[in-house]
Amino acid sequence: MNTYEFTALVWLGATVAGFLGALTGLGGGVVIVPLLALGFGVDIRYAIGASLVSVIATSSGAAAAYVKEGFTNVRIGMFLEIATTLGALLGAMLATIVSTSAIAIIFGFVLLYSAILSRKSKPQAQQADQRPDKLGTLLRMSGTYPTANGEVSYNVHRVPLGFGLMLGAGTLSGLLGIGSGAVKVLALDLAMRIPFKVSTTTSNFMIGVTAAASAGVYLSRGYIDPGLAMPVMIGVLTGSMLGARLLVRAKTKVLRLVFAGVIAALGVEMIFNGFTGRI
Amino acid sequence: MKPGTWSDEQLETIMGNLLRIGVLTAAAVVLIGAGLFLAQHGRAHPDYHRFQSEPAELKSLPGIGAEVASGHSQGIIQLGLILLIATPIMRVIFAVIGFGFERDYLYTVVSLIVLAVLLYSLLGHAM
Repeated sequence: MNTYEFTALVWLGATVAGFLGALTGLGGGVVIVPLLALGFGVDIRYAIGASLVSVIATSSGAAAAYVKEGFTNVRIGMFLEIATTLGALLGAMLATIVSTSAIAIIFGFVLLYSAILSRKSKPQAQQADQRPDKLGTLLRMSGTYPTANGEVSYNVHRVPLGFGLMLGAGTLSGLLGIGSGAVKVLALDLAMRIPFKVSTTTSNFMIGVTAAASAGVYLSRGYIDPGLAMPVMIGVLTGSMLGARLLVRAKTKVLRLVFAGVIAALGVEMIFNGFTGRI
Repeated sequence: MKPGTWSDEQLETIMGNLLRIGVLTAAAVVLIGAGLFLAQHGRAHPDYHRFQSEPAELKSLPGIGAEVASGHSQGIIQLGLILLIATPIMRVIFAVIGFGFERDYLYTVVSLIVLAVLLYSLLGHAM
């Protein structure tokens, strides 16, 4: 396979991944590493570097659309970015000392977790429980979001727990070169009980900044190869922008199910390859 | 919450647009580099099976600058990727300024902390 063919195939795969990732809300970055490592036999370190770059592109590219919808809570995002960027820095440093097999195994479990999480119904924030968190009030984190019935206001809960989970999400992001949107949404949804629409968009908003925190380390360690990162970035970006455009109106239940199945299968394969030492 | 010169909504809209411009600029530079790269190396056989780390000139900011100056395609792609990495950093810088204008000093400090971590990552290792 020469560079023309390799570039075209990687670009195609990345476009499909970005499109499905944005449309299903599961993120395209999460399948880029298995796609490159299992499908193209790329060393997982190069794969992680290329994936991280694409994560920044998708997050920043989609953010503009989300912000216009008025779902993102910039204060919550910015405050929790302290946790995610510190975690990302730690994760990127760990990535350079942990064995590639261990990274593959951890990656596999994160894929499985993402797949399982996507099967659960959207957690609805309990609007009856309006007792806000002290720290959340102090940090002025409550907000409103638009619905069919007008603006709905919400409060945040358990800020310290959310912050701790974000530290973990950042570490995973830096270690695996992914956005770890699944963990971020968990922290925002379940711990802090932020409404689903706000938590997904705020999580997306944070992903780019988190990834940028590990990108510097990756670059200086030589994980970011221009020939590989180029088709991945362009593909994921085009795919996810198309997907995000359809996001608001598309009915994605079946698609979500199928994509979750693919992610789970990739997870199993990553774990298997990690344990058998093939990665 | 407090009357300021700027509202949160304006701030968010500007931030969102800023991000989009950054990404599109980065993508344009990467595409220019990609065209050159394929023209020069299209027939070569890429090998990513073994990790060898990138050559020194493609993993530091000054090295990439020198590569771009001499018109090397891989350097141009790396420049595009640096612009991409800089985009969220730019957003954080903008947040520092924006929250400052809003006289929201708590979040000005929060944004400054995030900015410090980002700059440490990029400059503390890559130089």
